[in-house]
Amino acid sequence: MNLKSKVMNSIVEIRNLSKAYNQGEIQVTALDDIHLSIDSSDFLTLMGPSGSGKSTLLHIIAGIDRQTSGICKVQNIDLSNLNESALADWRNQNVGFIFQSFNLIPVLTAFENVELPLLLTRLGRKERKALVAAALELVGLEDRSHHLPKQLSGGQEQRVAIARALVTDPALVVADEPTGNLDSQSAQQVLEILQSLSNDAGKTVIMVTHDPKAAAFGKRIIQLEKGRFEKEEPLVS
Amino acid sequence: MLPVKYNAGNVVLRWRSTLATILGISMVVAVYVIVQALAVGLQTSSANTGDPRNLLIVRKGSQSESSSVVNLEQFRSLRYSEWIERDAQNQPMISTDVLTLVNLPRLNGQGEANTTVRGIGGQGRVLRPQVNLVEGRWFSKGKREVVVSQRLAARFENFGIGDQFKTGPDWLTVVGWFDGGNSAFDSEVWADADEVRSLFDRESYSSLLIRPASGQGRAALVKQIEEDKRLQLLVKNEVDYYKEQTMTATPIKWMGNFLATAMSLGAILAAMNTMYATVGARTREIGTLRVLGFRRRTIVLGLLIEGILLCAVGGILGCLLSLPLNGYATGTIGIESFSETVFEFTITPKLAFQGIVFSVLIGLFGTLIPAIKASRTPVIDALKSL
Repeated sequence: MNLKSKVMNSIVEIRNLSKAYNQGEIQVTALDDIHLSIDSSDFLTLMGPSGSGKSTLLHIIAGIDRQTSGICKVQNIDLSNLNESALADWRNQNVGFIFQSFNLIPVLTAFENVELPLLLTRLGRKERKALVAAALELVGLEDRSHHLPKQLSGGQEQRVAIARALVTDPALVVADEPTGNLDSQSAQQVLEILQSLSNDAGKTVIMVTHDPKAAAFGKRIIQLEKGRFEKEEPLVS
Repeated sequence: MLPVKYNAGNVVLRWRSTLATILGISMVVAVYVIVQALAVGLQTSSANTGDPRNLLIVRKGSQSESSSVVNLEQFRSLRYSEWIERDAQNQPMISTDVLTLVNLPRLNGQGEANTTVRGIGGQGRVLRPQVNLVEGRWFSKGKREVVVSQRLAARFENFGIGDQFKTGPDWLTVVGWFDGGNSAFDSEVWADADEVRSLFDRESYSSLLIRPASGQGRAALVKQIEEDKRLQLLVKNEVDYYKEQTMTATPIKWMGNFLATAMSLGAILAAMNTMYATVGARTREIGTLRVLGFRRRTIVLGLLIEGILLCAVGGILGCLLSLPLNGYATGTIGIESFSETVFEFTITPKLAFQGIVFSVLIGLFGTLIPAIKASRTPVIDALKSL
């Protein structure tokens, strides 16, 4: 089933998107002629079994992978027209990425981890410090700013990762199974933050998950199966 | 730009491989600096020799004093030149020098080696103010007495004050030690020139050392010697002559460069191995940095800085390890004289700087390939790495 957005205020526009890659001598189709629009402030959850293409789709939208054919426009920019360096700059300014394994830099403190994306901007030290403090406060970790990742719990690490994703104030936040490594209480906290980003901060959130409870925090769910959209379930009107 | 703390933190985090690399590089740099310090020491010894006011005269076509012959007739033609400085007794400031080699036993039964015996004429000591008596007394004419450099005395048998050594049928007595001021004279035994001629059956001198008169004296004397076709003598500034006598340092420099090249290849591989390991363990981290917006070249630069800093620390340590040898006196057989040449290991700031630059280059070449490889790994593959 191909889906087309009818909403004017879309941030992501995908048309005829396909992705294939070679696994040895076999060509595997990860995404097959996908159409999708995602509105600003949407909280879209991508679900599906392993190998269904949900993470591949997320990666293409986030500009860390490229499609084989079709168009993927984010904020009206066709990402396939950007070279590696331009794409890196674009990611820095427009996308916040949250990983399942947090992916914090172990030798840097929470503060320094959150500050990393800002080092690529022209902001001065004072401005960076203020933004990092605000991001850590948003996730409730202002008192843990000088802790190394190993001194934090899994839930705290993921909240630091969320602060890092938000510190550049991106329009798009993508999360690849953000609660996969967390206990239920921490997962609840992380999901509430993501929900609040969409509802209160106007961010567009796209999340990949296997967990239906986590998916329920979103505004709509798209189920993928063998690289195609299986069904869409709007959760919030 | 990646924060320096990121690089420093990773270096500390993998302290075992960091330490192994630093120690490996430090050994390479220490060997490089020490071998080069030998060459510098030899060059310094030659370069320190002589007085800029003096002219050295040898036979035309001679490369060195030891292969030169200045006969008595040539000496007499020059002796009363009006362009030669005179002392308080109105004697011309000229030294007739005779150079010869004597084979003598080294200390502690370490075989035998040639030593240079320099016979000096009447003004020989006055013309060489850098040579000072440090113990005993100067030789007396006609008594078969010699004064030896105290550095040679530390390397040869029978060079103690009052000791005697045999050359041909004659016994010579050591009556004093001199300090040559870290010059080529530190490798010599001095005696009276006419006595040396007599002992070694020489009719001629090897060279003349002359102090030209002030004012136009120098130019006039040089002109006189060069224009007199009968003389067939070559005149040089004494200082320049010794500066040119640095052939002995050349093979040592080559050896140093060869050793450094061979060892640096090993060091580059070691650095590369370390950086491959450290980069390999951080593949996902590098993927994360790229997701955050860091460009490939920024990551390559960051890793290069890390590898270079690591090796530079090794380079600094290598220089520090070599420092205790600075000033240590040693000897070799000089190519110019075929005799024992005593000199000091000389570690100059320039040499230490070269050692550190050398380590930086090892870091650069050792890190470049792992860094480029890491930056070229597709982001998705890097993120999937364990």
